[in-house]
Amino acid sequence: MYHAEMPVIGTAEAWRCAARGFLAQGIPPEAILWNNDGTAPDLFASQARPPPNGDIHVPRGFVALADKVVWHSDPSRFSRLYGFLWRLRGARGLMSDRGDVDLARLRQMEKAVSRCQHKMKAFVRFRELGDADAPRRSFAAWFEPTHHTVEPTATFFARRFADMDWRILTPDVAAIFEGGELRFEPGHPRPELPQDASEQLWITYFRNIFNPARLKVQAMQSEMPKKYWKNMPEAAAIPELIATAPARARAMAEAAPTLPPLRAARVQARLPEANPYWQGPAAELPAAINSCTRCPLYRPATQAVPGEGPTDADLMIVGEQPGDQEDLVGRPFVGPAGQLFDQLAAETGLPREAAYITNAVKHFKFMPRGRKRLHQRPNGSEIHHCQVWLRAELDLVQPKLILALGATAAEALLGSGKDILQRRGTIERRVDGTPVLITLHPSYLLRVPDRYLRERATEDLRADLRLAADWLVQRETLIEP
Amino acid sequence: MTRQTLDQKLAILSDAAKYDASCASSGSTKRDSRDGKGLGSNEGTGICHAYAPDGRCISLLKILMTNFCIYDCTYCVNRVSSNVPRARFTVDEVVKLTIEFYRRNYIEGLFLSSGIIRSPDATMSEMVQIARKLRQEENFRGYIHLKTIPDAAPDLIAEAGLLADRLSINVEMPSDAAVREHAPEKDPGQIRKAMGDVRLRKEAAKDRSHTGRRPPRFAPAGQSTQMIIGADGSNDAMVLGQSTRLYSSYKLKRVYYSAFSPIPDSSAKLPLISPPLQREHRLYQADWLLRFYDFQLDEITSVTPDGNLDLHIDPKLAWALAHREMYPLDVNRASREMLLRVPGFGVKTVNRILSTRRHRSLRYEDLLRIGASMKKARAFVVAGGWTPGRLTDSVDLRAQFAPPPEQLALF
Repeated sequence: MYHAEMPVIGTAEAWRCAARGFLAQGIPPEAILWNNDGTAPDLFASQARPPPNGDIHVPRGFVALADKVVWHSDPSRFSRLYGFLWRLRGARGLMSDRGDVDLARLRQMEKAVSRCQHKMKAFVRFRELGDADAPRRSFAAWFEPTHHTVEPTATFFARRFADMDWRILTPDVAAIFEGGELRFEPGHPRPELPQDASEQLWITYFRNIFNPARLKVQAMQSEMPKKYWKNMPEAAAIPELIATAPARARAMAEAAPTLPPLRAARVQARLPEANPYWQGPAAELPAAINSCTRCPLYRPATQAVPGEGPTDADLMIVGEQPGDQEDLVGRPFVGPAGQLFDQLAAETGLPREAAYITNAVKHFKFMPRGRKRLHQRPNGSEIHHCQVWLRAELDLVQPKLILALGATAAEALLGSGKDILQRRGTIERRVDGTPVLITLHPSYLLRVPDRYLRERATEDLRADLRLAADWLVQRETLIEP
Repeated sequence: MTRQTLDQKLAILSDAAKYDASCASSGSTKRDSRDGKGLGSNEGTGICHAYAPDGRCISLLKILMTNFCIYDCTYCVNRVSSNVPRARFTVDEVVKLTIEFYRRNYIEGLFLSSGIIRSPDATMSEMVQIARKLRQEENFRGYIHLKTIPDAAPDLIAEAGLLADRLSINVEMPSDAAVREHAPEKDPGQIRKAMGDVRLRKEAAKDRSHTGRRPPRFAPAGQSTQMIIGADGSNDAMVLGQSTRLYSSYKLKRVYYSAFSPIPDSSAKLPLISPPLQREHRLYQADWLLRFYDFQLDEITSVTPDGNLDLHIDPKLAWALAHREMYPLDVNRASREMLLRVPGFGVKTVNRILSTRRHRSLRYEDLLRIGASMKKARAFVVAGGWTPGRLTDSVDLRAQFAPPPEQLALF
């Protein structure tokens, strides 16, 4: 028979040493008496030997489990842990079998200790001792944990309250932190702690943050069991708060006047806009676009994205619609496709900065998917509703050449977005005669999965941009003489 | 007027803050004061330091800087036309309260909100001053949550994000029309732009410079928002539609739903109903399914004809009852995605089932030990030693979960 006496302070380390020795010597669980808390040793203990030394290897998961379970108040915890350790020798996979009866019980105990630690972090209440102006202020708390939680939890308080001295006294163990050093002493009876002025303020806060119109006593008690109440100053206010809540809620409701239906205002807000042409002054165009509610796209979007650039530009570039980034920033072509376009334009000598750049549709159309927004192509009706803004921008800029990027732009400018791969690189004319050079949208290049096809498409876009650049230069040389 | 004491101010300004639903203090950067030069720590998980009898936790000192306000939002107790008593903290008073409460382990930090006084900029700059004083003079390393004012200057919001762990901007109502109706001075577009701006700054703060230095983190615990439920005519499909857009557009950490509750001296424009706490609860459950269980919005809201969630049973159970052709599932064979759709199985339960399945096949008792809520799940699963038989398709299955019909009160 072996006998392992576990100390009240430093239990985790002591248990680990003892278990290591027993296991290394192959001593079965039934040959060990575990003892703790100063209770009388078993009848056979007089003939018992202390634990031997040794070294063993156990799954890491078990070490973490044991380091919690040793602090449980159940006297059988040591033998349970050792019994399970003994079983682990033959079956290492046992740690991940959540249906195992022994492990399930240990996990339960682990959870109870963790919960108790969590409650200690929450429900310890310090009172100030001595001078509030001292360089290191001094505090003390009395706490009654369910398990032996002071020792494993004290480091939390040391990390949090490092610039003051404090002590947490319990019937079991006292944690004392002085001058940055943490130590443990045996338990105390409940001390008389001095009154603290902040406590009254805290009770005031507790009383007033409670909303009497939503009394939920059970929800409170399941998280803050009554056993903790006696050491929490604010808990004394609870019975009265509960008792007066229904009357206070009723008084609030009765004091309230009646109201008209909400329908009327909603109907008013939905009045359709009759005029399809926008005829305001140029300076008001961005603001007008921003307040557009013609199609439903405005609802989920952050903001509308009007075009930008010199209003006397020769070249107008029309894309499809703002993307995720443009929607947040409020400016066109700032996302990945915009950056790619800028780079290609610079390579091919297209005067990107001198162009007016905008989109066929001004609000971002997307589908929420988890924490992402998936881009969606605007439909015919949305393109149609947004025409009024594109037309206003065309009237404002009166470009010599329009570069249509992709099918949506072609549809908005020319009435059809079909067969875009065949039409690209050609110039078509709008009803009023303005030439439109059709090309691919840069975001298409970002989406082509095949590398060869992507490079070919990039080359196509480059060629079109060069064509636009040349067209503009030729036009200038034609005019100048 | 006699001067108010700190205690009187605290009473008024915490009373005014009790309608804010957010209390989270988790998810920020890890830090502590072991160097002895500061106060406080943050370990990633929040701590609830007390619970009020309304069942809500008290984690942060949740107060208003002032409840004077120039706006007239109908749902708000602090609107300009309300007759509630008014008070205003000084910067030093808020700092002192936070530090003294924190030292006594009452709180995890500060959640500061405010009525709008003088101008949005003036209000926001005073709030930033409080945060700056806490961080820089008191070396406070606990949690700070600032409720930003959407109309405030961008550089004030930028500084707030560097000092606070979390920023929030309330969308207030589920639809733009309702915001315009109830909060005439607030602009839903401006609120969205402010949220977009926070997301962009947060993302910009992730990029290292060319020397590899990381810029200071911007609102490391993210941003959140709050929506009032039950004050306008929106149904749950509209509410959840709004939140999915908010999550995807602005990468919000949380959307809080706050059941509209009667407020003292409430406006004539609001319905006189008791707060639909159950509805709020169901919305949180549905929100959870959207974010962690891969449910799509229409799956959850199409189960009932009016677009509202079933108040008697939770949304996952409601979905399962409407799709019984997919059940029962064999816990020993079903995929992770399908197991997550079993009522009574949470993410933890499913992970435990999958890890145990690698060793052996699971029996009914194993599921109990793993922590599954078998009272709910038993009708939908097959396991060793258990088949639900005709239970899955039984006509009265819903009745087994729904609360018994209540006798209406006569008086």
